Amino acid sequence: MSRQVLDERRLGWLLCAPAVLAMLLVTAYPIAYAVWLSLHRYDLRFPDQQAFVGLANYASVLTSEVWWRSLFNTLLITAGSVAVELLLGFGLALVMHRALVGRIALRTASLVPYAIITVVAALGWRFAFDPTTGFVNALLGLDQAWLSERWSAFVVIIATEIWKTTPFVALLLLAGLTLVPPDLIRAARVDGASAWQRLVHITLPLMKPAILVALLFRTLDAFRIFDTVYVQTRGAQDTETVSIVAYQALIARLNLGLGSAVSVMIFIGTILIALLYVRLLGAGALGRGGRQG
Amino acid sequence: MPARPHLLLALITLALLGCERPQPEGPPTLRWYVFKEQSGAFEEAARRCTAASQGRYQLDLAYLPTDADLQRELLVRRLAAGDTDIDLIGMDVIWTAELAEAGWVLPWPEAQARSVLTGRIAGPVASGSYQDRLWAAPFTTNTQLLWYRTDRVATLPLTWDAMIDQAESIGQGGLIQAQGERYEGLTVFFVSLLASAGGSVLDESGERVSLEPVPTRKALEVMRRLARSPASDSSLASSREDQCRLAFESGRSAFMLNYTYVWPSAQANAPEVADHMGWARWPALAPALKSRVTIGGINIGVGANSRHPELAFEAATCLVSEDSQRLAARMGGLPPTLSALYDDPEVRAIFPFADVLRTTLADAVQRPPTPVYSDISIAISRTLHPLRDIAPERDVDRLRRAVERALHSEGLL
Repeated sequence: MSRQVLDERRLGWLLCAPAVLAMLLVTAYPIAYAVWLSLHRYDLRFPDQQAFVGLANYASVLTSEVWWRSLFNTLLITAGSVAVELLLGFGLALVMHRALVGRIALRTASLVPYAIITVVAALGWRFAFDPTTGFVNALLGLDQAWLSERWSAFVVIIATEIWKTTPFVALLLLAGLTLVPPDLIRAARVDGASAWQRLVHITLPLMKPAILVALLFRTLDAFRIFDTVYVQTRGAQDTETVSIVAYQALIARLNLGLGSAVSVMIFIGTILIALLYVRLLGAGALGRGGRQG
Repeated sequence: MPARPHLLLALITLALLGCERPQPEGPPTLRWYVFKEQSGAFEEAARRCTAASQGRYQLDLAYLPTDADLQRELLVRRLAAGDTDIDLIGMDVIWTAELAEAGWVLPWPEAQARSVLTGRIAGPVASGSYQDRLWAAPFTTNTQLLWYRTDRVATLPLTWDAMIDQAESIGQGGLIQAQGERYEGLTVFFVSLLASAGGSVLDESGERVSLEPVPTRKALEVMRRLARSPASDSSLASSREDQCRLAFESGRSAFMLNYTYVWPSAQANAPEVADHMGWARWPALAPALKSRVTIGGINIGVGANSRHPELAFEAATCLVSEDSQRLAARMGGLPPTLSALYDDPEVRAIFPFADVLRTTLADAVQRPPTPVYSDISIAISRTLHPLRDIAPERDVDRLRRAVERALHSEGLL
């Protein structure tokens, strides 16, 4: 390596250093602290009884029925919301992409749900589905106490998530759509490809990086869902998610050891999800998506 | 633009000045963290104590959320962080052990403890004590009574079995209202039944699970029988105190187990029901056993990080005085902890059931006095909900295991 390259590399590192330091300070330290806490018995209600307990907290979490049930609930909400969001978001992106008039107004309008604070949106949906104050029952001609039964509560939670974050998915997919060269589409049309064929064989493969990024972001986000569930059911009717379980242990019970173990498990869960996506859809795609995005 | 930096500098200076604690003028302010009492009785009591202190302290209220779980969450989070703003705490009776064990409230000094315990009923005194010390002075109390329709119930049933039999024979309009939702109220229901059967959740030390098999099974059998009886409300699995009150006021019920607030409420909302409303002590589990009912209410403790602990104890002493208790009874309908007030004509006019209330309170049972009470309560209500699916034989063991795990703060809840 020439001297010049080495110098440039050093300069690169120096320029990165402040950012790396900041990252270490605000992310690595809390994560390391959570891991440290999770290896201890550390309950604020018993300040005198702190002790190193090894993996006992993890054993406690993994053998607990509550953890597995909440994990199932979380995956259910994640799968349900992300799948629908992807379909709706793609439709919305196509409309925004094709729109000839009022393009800016359309894009702005479709972003409104995403701009609303999650707690406010969750409250709005809760009131809408409430049997006394809500309009949904009247609209559907039903007499259903939506949030007082497990499955209907999941419907409301997932619907809220979909309503709120479809615009986000649509925006990411719109970015992907603009990457598809119009010449290619035109050429395909000249060659006699149908609209469906153009979509499946040209648009979708070229959009793969954007789709991957949208899916990855949304899955990670949905897996950590907290506000919507907290506002709408507070985990009642067996709708607890893993984040609610962590909150209960950390904030309500002040059991920092056990709660940190749950948090670390959630962290591992998000890493697994990220790895899974990269494996399934190809590592190259993510790299390209990152540069192009 | 040259003006910009100066403007910025001025703003920063202002912000820094804003951060500085204003020099206290006049007497030190004491903050009383307490739930929002609707009638304003607590504000009035605080005003009177401030006036009585003759300028030594100023008592301000800081309200806790309405939801009982959120009240505790907010307080423990602040206390754990060492918040110096918390001088006095309106403590729910179930927090005593937790706050005392963690060192978040100060024990009452001997002399002042004696003065705030004189003439107080035994149940409330025990609710503010933990490991032979007083941590919170008894202020207002509460407990459940059996409410019934005098026009439908000819002879008052003395036991649970007799009550359910009688309710079933009434048929239409003979429902029994009790709390069966999965929450604190279900734990209260179970603890009362268990104590009425002669059992307890934890032993004397509070460190081992008791749950004696015979009384526990007896309590579970009553819960199951009630839930499966045609006399229980179909919404038992989701009913709390207030649903019970509304169902009783609607006239569909002959019996209700509920707190004393249902009396003024019925008089205001359903006078025709109130005209036929009788009260009695909770039914017993067997003729030879006395019923014992769980105690509620709030006591006043002093925060461990308070800047003015001496003044705080003084203010707390004033807040639990006879005057304040009378005020809370008159304005807010909160039963006093001073025994003598139950003979007072004004108080007896508010609580016509004063005698039953006082004897129930004297025999009242405490919810398990342990720092992990909130965990144990969740363990109990989760194991026993819904009441109609209780299998006494099996659930005695399930309950023991769940409470044992909670007591050792094992596992998630």
